Amino acid sequence: MNLLDQKFTPQTWPEHPETATHEGKNKFIGFWLFLAGETVLFASLFATYLALKDSVPNSEHALAADIYSLELVFIMTAILLTSSLTSVYAIYHMRNYNFKQMQLWFFITVLLGASFLALEIYEFNHYVHHYNFTFSSSAFSSAYYTLVGTHGAHVCFGLGWILALIFRNQKRGLNLYNAPKYYVASLYWHFIDVVWVFIFTVVYLMGILG
Amino acid sequence: MKKWCLFLSLLIVALILTACGEPFLSTMKPAGEVAEKQFDLLLLSTGIMVLVVVVVVIIYLIVLIRFRRKRVGEDKIPKQIEGSHKLEFIWTVIPIVLLLILAVPTLLQTFELGNVSGKEKVDKDGNRENLVVNVRANLYWWEFEYPDLGIVTSQDLVVPTDERVYFNLIASDVKHSFWVPAAGGKMDTNTDNENYFYLQFDSEKADEAGNLFYGKCAELCGPSHAYMDFKVKAVPRSEFDEWVKAMQNFEETEPTTAVAQQGKEIFENSCIGCHAVTPDNSTPANARIAPNLADFGNRTTVAGILPYTKENIKKWIQNPGDIKPGNLMYDSENFSDEELDALAEYLMSLKAQN
Amino acid sequence: MSSIAVKKGFASTVWEYLTTVDHKKIAHLYLGAGGFFFLLGGIEAMFIRIQLMKPQNNFVNEQLFNEIMTMHGTTMIFLAAMPLLFAFMNAVVPLQIGARDVAFPFLNALGFWLFFWGGIFLNLSWFLGGAPDAGWTSYASLSLRSEGHGIDFYTLGIQISGFGTLMSGINFLATIITMRAPGMSFMRMPLFTWTTFIASSLILMAFPPLTISIFFLMFDRLFGSAFFDVTMGGNTIIWEHFFWIFGHPEVYILILPAFGIFSEIIPTFSRKRLFGYSSMVFATILIGFLGFMVWAHHMFTTGLGNVANAIFAVATMAIAVPTGIKIFNWLFTMWGGSIKISVPMLYALGFIPSFVMGGVTGVMQAAAPLDYQLHDTYFIVAHFHYVIIGGVVFAILAATHFYWPKMFGKMLSEKLGYVTFAFFFVGFHMTFFVQHFLGLMGMPRRVATFLPNQGFDLYNFISSMGAFFMAIGVIVLLVNVVVTSLKKERVGNDPWQDGRTMEWALSSPPVYYNFKQIPLVRGQDTWWIEKMEGKDELTPSEPLQDIHMPNNSIIPFFIALGLFIAAFGAMYNPLNSVGDGHPMGTVVLILGLALMFGSMLVRSIRDDLGYYIPKEDIENDAKGGKVS
Repeated sequence: MNLLDQKFTPQTWPEHPETATHEGKNKFIGFWLFLAGETVLFASLFATYLALKDSVPNSEHALAADIYSLELVFIMTAILLTSSLTSVYAIYHMRNYNFKQMQLWFFITVLLGASFLALEIYEFNHYVHHYNFTFSSSAFSSAYYTLVGTHGAHVCFGLGWILALIFRNQKRGLNLYNAPKYYVASLYWHFIDVVWVFIFTVVYLMGILG
Repeated sequence: MKKWCLFLSLLIVALILTACGEPFLSTMKPAGEVAEKQFDLLLLSTGIMVLVVVVVVIIYLIVLIRFRRKRVGEDKIPKQIEGSHKLEFIWTVIPIVLLLILAVPTLLQTFELGNVSGKEKVDKDGNRENLVVNVRANLYWWEFEYPDLGIVTSQDLVVPTDERVYFNLIASDVKHSFWVPAAGGKMDTNTDNENYFYLQFDSEKADEAGNLFYGKCAELCGPSHAYMDFKVKAVPRSEFDEWVKAMQNFEETEPTTAVAQQGKEIFENSCIGCHAVTPDNSTPANARIAPNLADFGNRTTVAGILPYTKENIKKWIQNPGDIKPGNLMYDSENFSDEELDALAEYLMSLKAQN
Repeated sequence: MSSIAVKKGFASTVWEYLTTVDHKKIAHLYLGAGGFFFLLGGIEAMFIRIQLMKPQNNFVNEQLFNEIMTMHGTTMIFLAAMPLLFAFMNAVVPLQIGARDVAFPFLNALGFWLFFWGGIFLNLSWFLGGAPDAGWTSYASLSLRSEGHGIDFYTLGIQISGFGTLMSGINFLATIITMRAPGMSFMRMPLFTWTTFIASSLILMAFPPLTISIFFLMFDRLFGSAFFDVTMGGNTIIWEHFFWIFGHPEVYILILPAFGIFSEIIPTFSRKRLFGYSSMVFATILIGFLGFMVWAHHMFTTGLGNVANAIFAVATMAIAVPTGIKIFNWLFTMWGGSIKISVPMLYALGFIPSFVMGGVTGVMQAAAPLDYQLHDTYFIVAHFHYVIIGGVVFAILAATHFYWPKMFGKMLSEKLGYVTFAFFFVGFHMTFFVQHFLGLMGMPRRVATFLPNQGFDLYNFISSMGAFFMAIGVIVLLVNVVVTSLKKERVGNDPWQDGRTMEWALSSPPVYYNFKQIPLVRGQDTWWIEKMEGKDELTPSEPLQDIHMPNNSIIPFFIALGLFIAAFGAMYNPLNSVGDGHPMGTVVLILGLALMFGSMLVRSIRDDLGYYIPKEDIENDAKGGKVS
């Protein structure tokens, strides 16, 4: 009866392994609830950002339209959206009980996520050194770094999480104990992606267009 | 038991009757149009709410008397009633009706009391029709600037009775709230933006209150929040005009006594950096970092709270930190008694009118 | 708690509680810790009332008064009322829905330890340079200016315990969605479960804005950001909005479970099912929903404009309608019933008029122009103490007496219970009724003292005397708890005889797996139905079989401890605005976070599959072999 010892073939593997056990179902519901809370959290950050956008102490301070560069953000968006797609592939392979392919696609997801993070660090660095746009230079910059930085911290946590799953389960394959874990990690990753779409629109597009 | 109840209810009634407060301070002794409207709302809402409480208490008492287990029998299993749509409908609709009765005047008054368009009204010469006062709240003191009259004063607000006075409110350090309970509700003084509202002081009510209303800070602002009082002198228009004229023509009289002369010298060495002694508003607001003392000789209180005596002035100058902890003047100073006397005498001689 | 627990050594009992994931034990922890903070908040309240007993009193100085007043509010809301309600939710809700535990037992323990360490952190401020002093609302302009680390203790402490609350909220939501026994449809759930469900969803939606605004304040004070610094383009009104977007739902997070508790007690002691069950459920949902639409009524004097004030005034009044529905439903539950007076029922009977009085003054404040007068005066103080004490604290005291036998297997003394009630009830009305008038007479709230000759003296004195009555009531309750725990006499499954819901079908306290077989729910008031059919146990929905149980774990304790340590690091980091930062602060911050994330990693990597209780052991238990 032990979940780890149950052996499956692609034929006996349930269609929805993430909710096949009671614990899996709880995780599934619980995680969606958590994401609801996260949504409110990001909504608060967006509201603050919009309220404080371009609120700066003096006219020398950089404004939104001065600093954002669409090219870089566009590449970041493309990378993160792609990583969402690769995590969909991973879950597809999980449903088909194809452990190796699943691990591979999750690993690609991690690589894409890491390159997104690297670009974000570059972007922040650029703002700080070229525009003197630092965390404490204005209410606007504080709101910007907090919103985008909180998203970045989520990406970072997601990377650590998925990596931990990949390494922990490398040797023992897929079972009904770890399938829900993979599944909620991918849910989390999609959520991060959706938040980024909003950041792209609200912060960058609306920032550049005024 | 019954005697007890009677005694208790008599006591409560007596307490409530004494519970109207002082005419210079209480919201239940409204001294102007704004406070009266708010008081009317208080009466209306209290009436409706007492009605609700009475209905609930009647049902409650009936239930308690009729349906005690002692009465209905130890073994009785009551009928398990699911509910009653008719009853539930009734106690949904009646409260809605009661709330509507309250909501209509609430909405009307919200827009009425929030209407500050009178502030901008001008006569044919382009002069403002109504008096406008800029209130600036600071850590534990208030500044009142009359922008159209070009004068500034602190702690004692002087206003004419029987006309609307418009206020622009702002705070210079932390958030405070400007409240003259007898004249009307409060308005916050934010650090971010100006707020506007108006009050009106009734001449008859002002007489009853000795022409002097109490004002308070209603938003927690630090250790001396409780001491951030101010006073409102509500005087007839003619008297007010005289006061304005005197303030506008304010000329610092030369001290008449040697002691006062000495006080002036100390003041000019130690105090003038922060405290102005002329009432004109030519310096910008953010440079006016301490109360204006031009009309100090006519103040009603020392530091807004202490009775206006020479002893208290000396006490304040020596140890303001004991009286208003956390104030931005200083905690204590080492003036000699002679110096304190001199300063107090000088300050008490600063009068716009006698 | 039984003979086995007595035989166990002290150390192993402590270890058991440190590692427990059993909802019934976590309920004990919440009750103990919440009770401790309740006493602390009560002592602070006594200090406030002694200080305000006479004009210009100097019992405590102004700064200390502000700290006491701030800590009283913060402690009572975050560390006493909510945890005490969580205690009863934990003790009762899984039993009421026929579950063996909550959906996430591990998270349940983590939630408790976060709350606990957060509360300890906040209270350590007393010993480390002074407590927060800007009121429990901690409005930004004042809290940014506050000297010392008081406000930092507030932000970090509330943040940590807030994470715990959020987790508990998610946990109860998931539990109620997924763990209901067969036949327990949503519309058969006991009202306490329903109100827990709605309160938990309010927690889920209301705590993130608090988290965010507290982060802003923390960043501003400790890491140099400028959210609320007006000179840097910041805006302090943002804090007010976020605080009240959290703060208003928060009062419903408190009062809804209180409503739930009374909705259990009143039918039990009236021997009659709850009148208008579906309208009660509907009213609960409506209150929860409207609770999010009215936050700006705390800001009528902030200057949001006439339109905003008008909208929020009307929305606020609307909440009175579902609340009124509830009051009348309770009255008509008793109507035609067979009312037995007991201590819990006495609190319920005290609650109805007290809460109605608090409710109607709330409607008065909804009238925006009138609120310009009432806002930030003692009228408000009177109002929210009427709803919070008359509603929430009465419910907590009622539930303490009502559920004590279920939680500990012993009955609290009825006699002492009546004494507590008498002192507390009389003291409560004496303390707070006169405060309405103080407010109307022009006394602002949060004043460290008041000057004579303003007409405030007599009423403040009466109010302070009332506070002493309440204190006596609480002391008698403590005596009661001690006396009861020394008693030997144990109670049966249904000590009140008229229990209606499933928890009363189980032994007191229930075995650690709650149900030997998951019950089949055949209708509302499940246990009452079975009793009326002459049965003495619940109908099972499954054959007797092995039971899967979660393992105990010390990891929740360490995750929370890590955050506690990190908070000290954050407070003394080199960037803090107080200026006493130290590079070691950063190191401690990193170490604390490493402990937290490390513990989480261990949790993630180690397999935790739980264990099975063999069928035979369960049969043994049922024969009376061992209890718990």
